[in-house]
Amino acid sequence: MKKIVSALTLAAALVAGVSIVSCSSSGGDSDVIKIGVFEPLTGANGAGGADEYDGIKLAHKLNPTILGKKIQLVAVDNKSDKVEAANAATVLAQKEKVNAVIGSWGSSLSMSGGPIFAEAKIPAVAVSATNPNVTKGNEYYFRVCFLDPFQGTVGAAYAFNVLKARKVAIIREVSNDYSVGLAKFFVDQFVKLSGDEKSIVATSDYNTGDQDFSAQLTNIKQFEPDAIFAPGNYTESALIIKQARALGIKAQFIGGDTWDAATFLEVGGAAVEGATFSTFFANDVPINKTSEVFLKAFREEFKKEPAAVSALGYDAYMVILDAITRAKSAEPQKIRDALTQTKDFEGSAGSITINAERNADKDAVFKTVKDGKFVFLTTVKP
Amino acid sequence: MDFQTFLQQFVNALSLGSLYALIAIGYTMVYGILRLINFAHGDIFMVGGYLAFYGASAFLMPWWMAVIVAIALTTVFGVGLERVAYRPLRDSPRISIMISAIGASFLIENLAIVLFDARPKAFPVPEFFARNLVWGGVHIASVSLVIPVVTAIILAFLLWMVHRTRIGMAMRAVSTDIEASRLMAIDVNRIVSITFAIGSALAAIGGILWALKYPRLEPLMGIMPGLKCFIAAVIGGIGSIAGAVLGGLLLGIIELMTVAFLPELTGYKDAFAFVLLIVVLLVKPTGLLGKNQGEKV
Repeated sequence: MKKIVSALTLAAALVAGVSIVSCSSSGGDSDVIKIGVFEPLTGANGAGGADEYDGIKLAHKLNPTILGKKIQLVAVDNKSDKVEAANAATVLAQKEKVNAVIGSWGSSLSMSGGPIFAEAKIPAVAVSATNPNVTKGNEYYFRVCFLDPFQGTVGAAYAFNVLKARKVAIIREVSNDYSVGLAKFFVDQFVKLSGDEKSIVATSDYNTGDQDFSAQLTNIKQFEPDAIFAPGNYTESALIIKQARALGIKAQFIGGDTWDAATFLEVGGAAVEGATFSTFFANDVPINKTSEVFLKAFREEFKKEPAAVSALGYDAYMVILDAITRAKSAEPQKIRDALTQTKDFEGSAGSITINAERNADKDAVFKTVKDGKFVFLTTVKP
Repeated sequence: MDFQTFLQQFVNALSLGSLYALIAIGYTMVYGILRLINFAHGDIFMVGGYLAFYGASAFLMPWWMAVIVAIALTTVFGVGLERVAYRPLRDSPRISIMISAIGASFLIENLAIVLFDARPKAFPVPEFFARNLVWGGVHIASVSLVIPVVTAIILAFLLWMVHRTRIGMAMRAVSTDIEASRLMAIDVNRIVSITFAIGSALAAIGGILWALKYPRLEPLMGIMPGLKCFIAAVIGGIGSIAGAVLGGLLLGIIELMTVAFLPELTGYKDAFAFVLLIVVLLVKPTGLLGKNQGEKV
């Protein structure tokens, strides 16, 4: 009985705590522009949400006013839960009456809030939600990151234009939508660039968790490809490259942002030297002026290295400010219209142009492995 | 496909197959004595890999010492598992002990996630095993040469032990009839412990060789090899040591050759093993080298 009572007390305390968090100061003050932060600050996606929020907070600290008005961040925790996300979005739209929204980490959470923002005619800018359906058919949802398939397209451009590869082999993680999607867009773009269906010499599949790729790689070897595109999980990819080198395959390996993990280097060791992949952001070399400002300020503020999504969170805030400046108004509808006109905006993770589908056309960052470390290589335009 | 590519595929298959064979022997030994499918075998295999990893990276042992210590500790672990999870159920219905084995398997996997962390770890491969040899255009990693040799030595040793020593005789007796062996003054518990010790040591050797070949450790790494080697043991005739080796080699060759000859089916590589299992069970339920011993399970 005692246990039950204490559990109940704890639960009550938790509920009380939550309600305090969601309370905030009164709305309707016209001297304040409110930007809603729609992020999972607790739950399974809490770490990702916190990283994005860090970037947003930093941008707010450096740029606290616009058009002579103060900007107020209104953070509402969507708790990594689709139902909670709808509630959180309603709080932002109905109760807080924010002018614009940033977030959320996780495409499904963004999609949960999407219709609510659209109905209230409040523009929302997703930071790192990569699922095409977030912005599709929703006139009020934008994003500052690129979509998954886009990496396939730039990967092909890189292979064809920079590496001058003419024969390419594909290795797909067939049970993973991300990998299959990237591979499909890579093939489409590469065939378009080379004008030759046969430039894709081989396609091999494997399953998540596989450890032996020798049969697939031996098959690929006989076609002597110039490059191998292998988007997929970082550990499997590292093993693939390792086994390819052991089989005497010298082709250049190209991958996607999933390779951007320390374990890729640990498992791959010397074999992954020279492996190249597209990703969102580089923090070893500032890629432009905004990036330089962001990196310096972030390291000072948080005493740690920024995650890619922190940079994108920063960019989302700055893109909204840019729209407000151009619209000369903080009215949600005007911000929305100005957002659609965003062109060549210099963000910390590369320049951003919002296209007709409300997605960001932006440069992809290419990194390679050199001396056991990731180093920035180049940016590639779509 | 040219001859060189074929040869390369064959070498790949032989090396994978002998690794399967090595692990399958462990299944078959335990089954032969106890009529128990030790579902935790794949997890003991994983523990062996991790212990060698920690020996080499956390305690900075030279690699040969890390390997010996890992094999020894895994053996103790396997014998302990038998004591705790299987011995108390020796006289219960077969199904109870099998469920206990499944439970043990889940317990070990999840404990490993808590203790070792779910993120994959890179296994340090000594220079000797990482070397790459080229013979007539066929590339062979030296670890791929070591594996068949180790498997052959172990096969020879076990065949000698089972058929030529007193312990082997006792093992065969226990495998035929536990009660009768007891009446003949054979210490059944000791024989079972010895069997588990051998089985676990084999799992540890398998785990370490696996990690040398595929240098990535994760808590669930034993599930798929465990399942496949179980299939290899069944194909060869579970209970037969030579059968396990044959089944392992066959499985490795069929798996890789299907990919080699039907490249469009690479995504279904794992499915071949299971299709093969179903076919063997339908056509020859006792396996290729198995003897029909009557219904016991």
